[in-house]
Amino acid sequence: MPGITREEVAHLARLARLELKDEELEHFAGQLDDIIGAVARVSEVADQDVPPTSHPLPLTNVMRADEVRPSLTPEQALNGAPAQEQQRFKVPQILGED
Amino acid sequence: MTVTELVSYEDALASYDPVMGLEVHVELGTKTKMFCGCSTELGAEPNSQTCPTCLGMPGSLPVVNAVGVESAIKIGLALHCEIAEWCRFARKNYFYPDMPKNFQTSQYDEPIAFNGYLDVQLEDGEVFRVEIERAHMEEDTGKSTHVGGATGRIHGASHSLLDYNRAGIPLIEIVTKPIVGAGERAPEVAKAYVAELRELIRALGVSEARMEMGQMRCDVNLSLRPNGTEKFGTRSETKNVNSLRSVERAARYEIQRHAAVLSSGGTIVQETRHFHEDDGSTTSGRVKEEAEDYRYFPEPDLVPVAPSREWVEELRATLPELPRVRRNRLREDWGVSEHDMQSILNAGAVDLIVATIEAGAEAAAARKWWMGELARSANESGKALDELAITPAQVARVTALVKEGSLNDKLARLCLEGVLAGEGDPDTVVEKRGLKVVSDEGALGAAVDEAIAGNAAIADKIRGGKVAAVGALVGAVMKTTRGQADAARVKELILQKLGVEG
Amino acid sequence: MTDSIIKLTAAEIAAKIAAGELTAVEVTEAHLARIEAVDEKVHAFLHVDREGALAQARAVDEKRAKGEKLGPLAGVPLALKDIFTTEGIPTTVGSKILEGWLPPYDATLTKRLKAADVVILGKTNMDEFAMGSSTENSAYGPTGNPWDLTRIPGGSGGGSSAALASYQAPLAIGTDTGGSIRQPAAVTATVGVKPTYGGVSRYGMVAFSSSLDQGGPCARTVLDAALLHEVIAGHDPLDSTSIDAPVPPVVEAARNGSVAGMRVGVVKQFRGEGYQAGVVQRFDESVELLKELGAEIVELDCPSFDLALAAYYLIAPSECSSNLARFDAMRYGLRVGDDGTRSAEDVTALTREAGFGPEVKRRIMLGTYALSSGYYDAYYGSAQKVRTLITRDFEKAFESVDVIVSPTTPTTAFPIGERADDPMAMYLADLCTIPTNLAGNAAMSLPCGLAPEDGLPVGLQIIAPAMKDDRLYKVGAAVEAAFVERWGHPLLEEAPSL
Ligand SMILES: [Mg+2]
Ligand SMILES: [Zn+2]
Repeated sequence: MPGITREEVAHLARLARLELKDEELEHFAGQLDDIIGAVARVSEVADQDVPPTSHPLPLTNVMRADEVRPSLTPEQALNGAPAQEQQRFKVPQILGED
Repeated sequence: MTVTELVSYEDALASYDPVMGLEVHVELGTKTKMFCGCSTELGAEPNSQTCPTCLGMPGSLPVVNAVGVESAIKIGLALHCEIAEWCRFARKNYFYPDMPKNFQTSQYDEPIAFNGYLDVQLEDGEVFRVEIERAHMEEDTGKSTHVGGATGRIHGASHSLLDYNRAGIPLIEIVTKPIVGAGERAPEVAKAYVAELRELIRALGVSEARMEMGQMRCDVNLSLRPNGTEKFGTRSETKNVNSLRSVERAARYEIQRHAAVLSSGGTIVQETRHFHEDDGSTTSGRVKEEAEDYRYFPEPDLVPVAPSREWVEELRATLPELPRVRRNRLREDWGVSEHDMQSILNAGAVDLIVATIEAGAEAAAARKWWMGELARSANESGKALDELAITPAQVARVTALVKEGSLNDKLARLCLEGVLAGEGDPDTVVEKRGLKVVSDEGALGAAVDEAIAGNAAIADKIRGGKVAAVGALVGAVMKTTRGQADAARVKELILQKLGVEG
Repeated sequence: MTDSIIKLTAAEIAAKIAAGELTAVEVTEAHLARIEAVDEKVHAFLHVDREGALAQARAVDEKRAKGEKLGPLAGVPLALKDIFTTEGIPTTVGSKILEGWLPPYDATLTKRLKAADVVILGKTNMDEFAMGSSTENSAYGPTGNPWDLTRIPGGSGGGSSAALASYQAPLAIGTDTGGSIRQPAAVTATVGVKPTYGGVSRYGMVAFSSSLDQGGPCARTVLDAALLHEVIAGHDPLDSTSIDAPVPPVVEAARNGSVAGMRVGVVKQFRGEGYQAGVVQRFDESVELLKELGAEIVELDCPSFDLALAAYYLIAPSECSSNLARFDAMRYGLRVGDDGTRSAEDVTALTREAGFGPEVKRRIMLGTYALSSGYYDAYYGSAQKVRTLITRDFEKAFESVDVIVSPTTPTTAFPIGERADDPMAMYLADLCTIPTNLAGNAAMSLPCGLAPEDGLPVGLQIIAPAMKDDRLYKVGAAVEAAFVERWGHPLLEEAPSL
């Protein structure tokens, strides 16, 4: 596996919303490289005709009836909010749009 | 924002062939959210319909709403899709404050329904087949209010306030295959498709699909390719185009804008665009410099959905008649033109008229009142027809009163006005407003005598054979009876008194 | 008095309370006193709920006074891993990002404990978000191993294992994603069980890796673990991955320990390089013991197990990168850098930078990488194929054996700090436990002696097929009884007093 670069680490950090410090970028680049180098072994089975397992149990169709259950009160919902206003979660300005 | 000098629509189509893709999100009308038991009732206090699951609290888990899945299958079947024998939910990972878990529980490469089509009928009756790529289940986001900027816009806001009542409401996303071959009719096809889809969703009873309330939202993807070429051009994605008219306008605008850019040697950037209701234009949203990496993977907190074929067939058996088929049947029953039927559809009057007929009215009368007086009233008050304070049964009663001669058209209008104003049912309004046609021969006779006496010259003309002049005398009688006389009977009486055969 | 109470097993405490020989309040006070006395040194607890525990104990005593029926663990104190939500009681998951958060709801497991009249003493320390094998990754400082306070108590559930081993509680709850119940049990000479995936509800258990996480019982005896297992297991409609079937008869199995006539598998992949000599020695003695007790030993080859660690370190980080995205400073928990000018995006990134420790960041980055388009098939996709192969190896193995045994962890407790910044070395601690998480079946760790070279506990792992959790208890109880007879006392009694 090719070495993971500092830039790649910075890109991953952006995707993962982590404001990593410079020394962390450096440090993680080395460590991730080691780990990825080791776990890349799994690609040994990439060519095998084996179905992937996403769920350890062979369950399907677990559903609930469309019946209303009690919600939290707005007070409970907002209790842990770092900031609130008008019974809503107050958050910093949002950049861009969806 | 760069202002683009648009190319005329005709010129654009002379050189280019539009290719469209439409993505429609429908909010289902389930009682509870897709993955938790919180109510979906509209108009609740902020954050009063939330729980650990739809707030994305640590430790919470989703459980699938069975009616959400059932609705998805019904929509899929009505769109002639194949229904997956086995499919999974997937997580679509991206950060946004209106999305509590910072991933949307959606479906990725295994949609519940795929490979279908919807036939849509254009205004002139031509039928155009729109192919459906997929319909999949997902969840809605919360609602943000932007504070401190100009008019609630996100830009320049100092902060935002979040209400998560809407977060987790079930959505079905319906994606078309590239729509090719519509040519100059592409905008019309887009509108007709969304209109037909809305009718279908309503007929299935899975959502009210009110676009003005955000229950149905459309993204219009559009690209142009030079006429005669195969390869698709770069597309723009116009987000949240939320009325039928806007869908048509947005497609039209983008055709003109793309043509302008391309014909001046420019290139289209792949970007999202915003549609502006006021002038029908679109403006640049976010340019996708690097392709969005959503890191989809199968949702480990939910198990696969594997609808049994028995269940699918059971649901197929409950499907109602397709709206287009039903409309054609009704059009023939009612004996109206394609064009009139389209107007009835556009006015949202089909079901109201059907209900009025079922309540005993004649088709023509039902249509006349809903498309006339009532449509006018709805227009004036800015309401949808079905939001008017009158029921099909009440309209049917008014038509019955007209038919039996108790009301004439003018009185019927007053009666409807009274019902709309909340004065009671038609009989009560007739009673209270004293709207009965004057058929008392004595009273009418006096009024006729008065009219003849007051208009001797006209009376002479009639006696002399100019029967057409009788209208003036009828008018005079109607005036003295304040419109409550039966005009036909008045005419009869006048001619009789003047000794003329009608 | 206190000393005699805290050394009792959960079964003994429950019996004495039921018989009126002890009150629940006495028992709770004795344990609170023990916590007071030793936890400054051990640091097993992040939060002690003195008032709540006493209130629950009083309720049990009142119930008994009124002649109401008491459950099998009524009045028994328990240490709850700080990964389960507790309404109104801090739940931090060992992370700064949740410091001060008071959940508005109880986890299903918390509810079941309360309903069974178990007395929850408080919340135990853990590696942040259950990521680690040493409890050094807790944002609130490490926990010491009662056998040697300079050594790790295992992880992520080191607080729970240390609480048991230092007699601060007779019962504890852990969660096991790659070995976080079993490896701490092994290095502290206690008993820990990872039930079949789906056996214990995950609702209210803060997710690390959803398809691997499983809560389970921790105790000092096999029977106590079984009693607790029965209380917390069972179908939960709030967890879609919960098994809708009767709980295997674990208590009955624990009361009837036996291996006579059983076929016990030994997997050749569970030894070799990296295994401490004393661990291998005690494991081999355990196999001999099983033979003496009447078991038939079968050699097994499970080639895909060699890829288990690699698959695990792709699947768990991938799922965690998504599960932990919700910690964004918007709705609860820490918020850093909101000075009125910064965007939500920046505040989220600053908060996550400040609120997560290095191991959590490392795994989030690794998972983000593994799920990225272009890498997904090679990494996540292949890891899921490995998962299938491991499941098949287990299925094949269980055609010829009833249970499999192995060392729980390749080494005894290592010194705090030794592997702190060497993730690959740290990850090896879970070498023997991970295959079970990937396949979803059940496993237990119980003490099998002290390694001669360092005098520290060694754990024996027993692995059963999915839904056959009772076999763990049947075999575990037999092995435990034989060892206690051989040693003349439970192994834990050899631990130095604190
Ligand atoms: Mg979508
Ligand atoms: Zn909810």
